[in-house]
Amino acid sequence: MYSRGLRALSLSTVAAFCVSLSLVFFYAPIEAEEGFLQKIFYLHVPLAIVALAGFVVGGLMAIAHLRTRDQRWDLCSYVTIHMSLIFGVGVLITGSIWARASWGHWWVWNEPTLVSFLIISLLYATYQPLRFAIEDPERQARYASVFAITAGAFVPLNFIAVRLSASYVHPRVLGSASNLPPSMGLTFLVSLLAMALLFTTLCRYELTAKRTRMLLKARSRILGFQ
Amino acid sequence: MIPLVYALQGAAALPEKSNDGYVAAAYIVFLVLLLIYLAIMSIRLGRTERAVRKLRKDAAEQSDAPGQSRERETV
Amino acid sequence: MILALLRKELLVELRTLESVPGMSLFAVTTFVVFHFALNQNTVEGQEAAGILWVTLLFAAMLGINRLFVADADQGGFDGFLLAPVERGALLLAKAAALLAYLLVLELVAVPAFGLLLLGPSLGQALPGLLAPLALGDLGVAAIGTLVAALAVRTRARDLLGPLLALPLLVPVVIGCARSSAPLLAASGHTDSPPLRWLGTLALYDLVFGLIAYAVFDFLLED
Repeated sequence: MYSRGLRALSLSTVAAFCVSLSLVFFYAPIEAEEGFLQKIFYLHVPLAIVALAGFVVGGLMAIAHLRTRDQRWDLCSYVTIHMSLIFGVGVLITGSIWARASWGHWWVWNEPTLVSFLIISLLYATYQPLRFAIEDPERQARYASVFAITAGAFVPLNFIAVRLSASYVHPRVLGSASNLPPSMGLTFLVSLLAMALLFTTLCRYELTAKRTRMLLKARSRILGFQ
Repeated sequence: MIPLVYALQGAAALPEKSNDGYVAAAYIVFLVLLLIYLAIMSIRLGRTERAVRKLRKDAAEQSDAPGQSRERETV
Repeated sequence: MILALLRKELLVELRTLESVPGMSLFAVTTFVVFHFALNQNTVEGQEAAGILWVTLLFAAMLGINRLFVADADQGGFDGFLLAPVERGALLLAKAAALLAYLLVLELVAVPAFGLLLLGPSLGQALPGLLAPLALGDLGVAAIGTLVAALAVRTRARDLLGPLLALPLLVPVVIGCARSSAPLLAASGHTDSPPLRWLGTLALYDLVFGLIAYAVFDFLLED
């Protein structure tokens, strides 16, 4: 059921990445301030945006689960949040590399996006321990949905709060995303699209695998083996 | 003119070579994360396939000897 | 109805004295630890605000951990569910109780802080401090109660409570610490804390209060 269109999705993802990487390395101009290092921007920022969107969407799916009590929404929510957490780790690592290259330290506190991501990742890192600490599957799904909704609402608020608290000693391309030259803007959008497609493809892939395993277990049990 | 001078000074301060390394590192990290994920998924897929084969085998044996399947012990 | 529940909570606490003395003692002890850890006789400004708020936060964790434990272990949830009461009432009553515990905690901890660690005089800063304290307490009460209810019926309840609560409370810490810092500065300001931070705190409290109220029902279903 989730595998419908998976092949097309995967192929589009590959194609999008080919186009995006070509644009990043052969088309987008070298930025005046940071030089070649700025190319990390096309990797780090789409990862961040997609991860954040994933967390919020996971919260929305959790709302759907609580309203309809359909376990499928809970499964979607779980997979989306799990994938966003993995992408979030990618954000932290690439952000750390960028910080090291820009300012010589592996971690900086005055980059609000990175700090927000650290807090959010620490929060969502408790999602799976929470789930696995509850044995009853219905209650597990319900409590996980409550968490997903709370945390999903927390994501934008946290961003605002951290942004307010940071001191803008080092303004960056991240902040000035609105006044990018069109060639950079195009490259960024294509990179964002590629990352979003990757996220969707991997989530679908994961959902298909999980559902297949569940079906398999159910059939085994029906037939009397386990 | 003047911004260009500053840009050149900035470029001279950090050798271009080391920056290339960082960009490559970031993209490599991304790729490695993706590959680790795919590796985990493929291991799981292998396990699922094994389970399917076992199920097929057991189902075939059950249809050969219908009365005996009830006494099978669960693994 | 909420008042009746709240009365019960406070009566139980008064009789068993489970949470509040422990929280207060923890706070005072932590100030002592900070003295030795920082090797300083006095602190002021942002440092003072930070130490005060971190201590209050961790002491609050102790209270949060214990908030629903009696209900979970002794079947209080079932009793509540059988009664013809709106479920949100439990949230409000527990949150109000937690708020009360925090207020008593601060009655002990803030003067202790002024005595033990604070450089500038506390008296001057105190009127201004009331607003961050109040707004911070509301935030901790709302989020703490929600997290306590979430964590109490899991296997690792003592661990999950703080792990869930601390990230969610980071904006509260930011707001409170930043708004208290100028008040505790050495030059002894008497003006009110910056409105920007208070506004953010109030907004955060409101949003999370509403969210907690909206989702709480789903935690009590069985």
